[in-house]
Amino acid sequence: MKKHWEVLVVDDEPVMRESLAAWLAEDGYSVDTAESGREAIAKAAVKDYAIYFVDLKMPPGIDGIETMMEVRRLHPDASVIIMTAYATVDTAITAMKEGAQEYIVKPCNPEEISLLVGRIIKVKNLQRENLILRKKLTKHYSFHDIVSKNPRMVEIFELIKDVASLKSTVLIQGASGTGKELVARAIHFSGDRAARPFVAVSCAALAESLLESELFGHERGAFTGAVERKRGKFELAEGGTLFLDEIGDISAKLQVDLLRVLQERTFFRVGGNEELRVDVRVIAATRVNLEEAVAAGSFRDDLFYRLNVITIQLPALRERREDIPLLARSFVERLAHELGKEAGEISEGAMRLLVDNEWPGNVRELENAVERALVTSKGHVLDEDDFAFLRRDGGRGNGWSPPDNLSLDEIEKQVIVATLNRTRGNVKEAAAALGIDRSTLYDRMKRYGMNRVNV
Amino acid sequence: MIAIATAGKVDGEAVAWIEGCLATEIGDDTERISPVPDPGYAYDASRGQYSSTLVLHDALARLPANASKLLVITERDIFIPMLSFVYGQAQLDGPVAVLSLARLRQEFYGLPPNRALLLVRARKEALHEMGHTYGITHCGDTGCVMSLSTNIEQLDAKGSGYCDDCTTLLREASGTQKSAARSEAHSGGSR
Repeated sequence: MKKHWEVLVVDDEPVMRESLAAWLAEDGYSVDTAESGREAIAKAAVKDYAIYFVDLKMPPGIDGIETMMEVRRLHPDASVIIMTAYATVDTAITAMKEGAQEYIVKPCNPEEISLLVGRIIKVKNLQRENLILRKKLTKHYSFHDIVSKNPRMVEIFELIKDVASLKSTVLIQGASGTGKELVARAIHFSGDRAARPFVAVSCAALAESLLESELFGHERGAFTGAVERKRGKFELAEGGTLFLDEIGDISAKLQVDLLRVLQERTFFRVGGNEELRVDVRVIAATRVNLEEAVAAGSFRDDLFYRLNVITIQLPALRERREDIPLLARSFVERLAHELGKEAGEISEGAMRLLVDNEWPGNVRELENAVERALVTSKGHVLDEDDFAFLRRDGGRGNGWSPPDNLSLDEIEKQVIVATLNRTRGNVKEAAAALGIDRSTLYDRMKRYGMNRVNV
Repeated sequence: MIAIATAGKVDGEAVAWIEGCLATEIGDDTERISPVPDPGYAYDASRGQYSSTLVLHDALARLPANASKLLVITERDIFIPMLSFVYGQAQLDGPVAVLSLARLRQEFYGLPPNRALLLVRARKEALHEMGHTYGITHCGDTGCVMSLSTNIEQLDAKGSGYCDDCTTLLREASGTQKSAARSEAHSGGSR
């Protein structure tokens, strides 16, 4: 196991540097040396060493503590051993405060240094093993970017495989943030249409006329601003899959148009006379209960039956709490990479907090919470303090109570207004902060008669 | 060929014993060469010890042309700056090694002399340091002479020969080095 680990010895005295490097090399480590703090930092910038032996006093320029701080800025996981021939309590305290893993006084007993290095490497080996096992585990419980070991989700994975190559329409139902689009993508990319386009449209994000043009395209001059012919999403998805998110929000007219496409496989561009034929598989998703919408008369029953050939009902995150640790760790790994940070751990206490949270915004809210914690975290381990906002924002069993005499709708409206004000009208940021997707936020804004500028 | 040289006054019987051990275990010819200088030049008054790194540097310049390795044996207590002492030091995959008998003697620890124990320890340390010169790093098998010993108890506890894996590595390395030395001799090269 030692051969995998690289060590950097930083000392301005050649004999000191070379002899320690030789001794460590005999022990099987791959050893590099640097004669100054500056050289050490330059080497650390291109390679991450498992252990850095850094001499405290290195004239001139950067001393051992500064070297260590810079190395740890580059690699928060770095194990730095500060070496000194002039031991004082003050220097030892400073070194440890600044993040030195160990502080040793030259010369030290061979047994002491051997145990010290062995201990650090043992921890590094365990960390590496842990990471490999975790990756294997995530892979084992992954299906096209969906991570789960929940029995219902595993059944859904099987159903996705079964329906992937069929042409039938699929209706995915689930609350905001449960991963409806991920399921749609999984269906598309598991089936015969994988090499053809996957086109997603959020029906809640657009006004009726815009959505019509978006779906079916338009001819030049069809309406003011239609300066040239535009192909719609149905045409763009030819041979592939069209994913219609928030299908429950479309107008009565569009419901008729959509029904026609699903039945006849033909449509007209807006303002066009030419009947176009397409081979597109439609996957629709909704966060509202369409059966209830049909009963209430706001959704056509014939369209509902057309869409509801195969139904996938996604559980809320609180119904699959066993997935939270898996999901949280996979988000840490991916987001840390995207944010240019080192993938750290999540402490036991923080994980308990995540598992116990209600997650009304489901998986997307969890992802946003992990991202927020990663951005603000100073340490390598995400702890309870990094997720303290969950308690403030409304975790299970907190002491928050709503203002008096306000309906749920009014509270929701006020929260949305406040959030949009905070993000200066940026809908994407506001949706992320609220743990809902943009289309849901647009839908609510529409419902409460808001637009970006009048909030 | 493995050259063996003493540095300063050294126990002759121990040197002869080490020479025999190397010949048997490594399977290469050995040859006693003229002593190298007493390592007074490597003395560190503040520590009362001798720098093994400086002794190694001196040995490098004295490697005989017909030798692939040189083992320097001394009675001086040796050190590297980072550590309070070393039993020996070698160039990993290089031609020179130094071995000190000082801490192998029971007298060093205030105990009565024990000749047999000294010879067993000297064998282990000589094989260990020479193993490093063939590129072998510390072995995880505590029964193997290439396992790390950081104190005299560990040195006494480990085995006095190479384990199977280290024997294979040694055979491969010494075979490669011999054929490299032969081709160098044929091409008229010299050290």
